Amino acid sequence: MSEPILKVEGVQAKYGDFIAVESATLDVPQGMIVSVIGANGAGKSTLMDTIAGVHKPSAGKVYFKGEDITGMPAEKLVTRGLSLVPQGSRCFIRMTVEDNLIMGSYPKSARGKLKESLERVYELFPVLKQKRNDLSGSLSGGQRQMVAIGRALMTNPDCVLFDEISLGLAPTIIKDIYARIKEISAGGMTVVLVEQDTQRAIRTAQLCHIMLKGRVVLSGSSKELTDEEIKKAYFGL
Amino acid sequence: MLEVLQNIFTAQNAISGILLGGLFAVLGVGMTIIFGIVKLTNLAHGEFVILGAFCSTLISQALDIDPILTLIITIPLMFIIGMVLQSVLINRVMLQGSEPALLVTFGLSIILQDAMLLLFSADARKMNPSYAQSNISLPGGLYIPVLDLILLIISLVTILVLTLFLRRTYMGRAIRATSDDIVAASLMGVSIKKAYAVAMGIAMATAAVAGLCVGMRWTFYPSSGGEYLLRAFGVVVIGGMGSIPGALVGGLVFGLAQVFGGASYGLLASYVVLIIMLAVRPQGLFSK
Ligand SMILES: Nc1ncnc2c1ncn2[C@@H]1O[C@H](COP(=O)(O)OP(=O)(O)OP(=O)(O)O)[C@@H](O)[C@H]1O
Ligand SMILES: [Mg+2]
Repeated sequence: MSEPILKVEGVQAKYGDFIAVESATLDVPQGMIVSVIGANGAGKSTLMDTIAGVHKPSAGKVYFKGEDITGMPAEKLVTRGLSLVPQGSRCFIRMTVEDNLIMGSYPKSARGKLKESLERVYELFPVLKQKRNDLSGSLSGGQRQMVAIGRALMTNPDCVLFDEISLGLAPTIIKDIYARIKEISAGGMTVVLVEQDTQRAIRTAQLCHIMLKGRVVLSGSSKELTDEEIKKAYFGL
Repeated sequence: MLEVLQNIFTAQNAISGILLGGLFAVLGVGMTIIFGIVKLTNLAHGEFVILGAFCSTLISQALDIDPILTLIITIPLMFIIGMVLQSVLINRVMLQGSEPALLVTFGLSIILQDAMLLLFSADARKMNPSYAQSNISLPGGLYIPVLDLILLIISLVTILVLTLFLRRTYMGRAIRATSDDIVAASLMGVSIKKAYAVAMGIAMATAAVAGLCVGMRWTFYPSSGGEYLLRAFGVVVIGGMGSIPGALVGGLVFGLAQVFGGASYGLLASYVVLIIMLAVRPQGLFSK
């Protein structure tokens, strides 16, 4: 296997004294779909935030494209091609759909491709083109998730972390969004899918990491991991 | 009684109130931007405005130019002062929370006031260009004071330029994004500190414009800041914190209240409106 595009080594992340992620280690190979699954409160979002530079790690190392990016702030990482779709979409609710997407091309590295990227996002999510002039705060949950995904794609990333994009959405919408993610991945982008819903994530991903109480307790290829193993790791039985 | 009311609510007063609305709007817009984006009550905004008034007065005297032309110098100058102030001082204390930052703006207002007293003396000042006394006659014995019309145009142009900047440019969008969600904005590559610094620079630039208007319309002293802070605050409360259209409407309401209250009760009338507003719709007319 080639050198992973993203490597997490023994990362610890805290909120005050509370340790939310402890010695987390995982690899994300270039071009793959990798899932990170775990129950409520397992530390998935904290780990994603730490990788993406939103949260500072208290120990450990993060490497992206072979470079040490530990503790680098989010606004720098995005210019290097690492993007996070944060949990709960976090659209700019008082801005229009199109302004949200244009914000994605704010990094200087992405500005030149604004037109192409915008066309591509509208192709991927035609409903966003219809609603381009609506405030994103007026959209449904699924549409907001599409805005957040589109916005992340606009930054022209090599690797995108998706934090629970299916949360609270109707199954048909989840199915649609997952189909789009497969399309994105087929274009060569590396994808990390964070989910509580293990079934769909495992089916979509080639590689799985399972988190429990702040630790990565099981890693393996989706084909090799058995349901039994996953269940045990997920619930800590 | 009826006669008194008829004397107050005249068409001429309505004209004056509307014209003054622009000035009050531009006074409030710098305050509302800092409220909305940096989430900070800038207690030094009144002193910023008076600083702008002094700058315009001194520059127009020194260069012997029309006060309005001084904006070419005062706007960039105040913009830079604002950016530096936010970068080296306020951003730093904001890491410790919003209360220390509030105290810093309070300290700044005192320091600025004293500094202006030292540098410029306590004398009353006013800019009096030749056109300050002219009027444009309208049918029915009504008239438009030329100065007020000019100040309205300057204010509206300022607000229009600001709105276009926020709507159409990358930096403007970044500033709006920051006011919506700091984390998401930083994920888009926005440096929050830079966005705050630019926002403070813009607020200062609007204070330069407001200062020019205030200094052409009324007599001012180094100690006049507090009065204009209160008015700016009033505009922000009426319009809703962080809203530019709100500042326009707030400015208009304040302008009318000021004029209908007359020279003796103008300020009082403004605050009656403000208190009614706070009681009835505390989130402001345009709150989001
Ligand atoms: N801002 C915070 N301050 C303090 N504790 C926090 C904070 N955010 C999360 N936590 C705690 O850290 C732990 C991990 O939270 P995290 O959000 O990373 O879990 P998660 O796996 O993403 O869960 P979910 O699936 O519910 O999103 C939890 O115990 C949570 O209560
Ligand atoms: Mg989470």
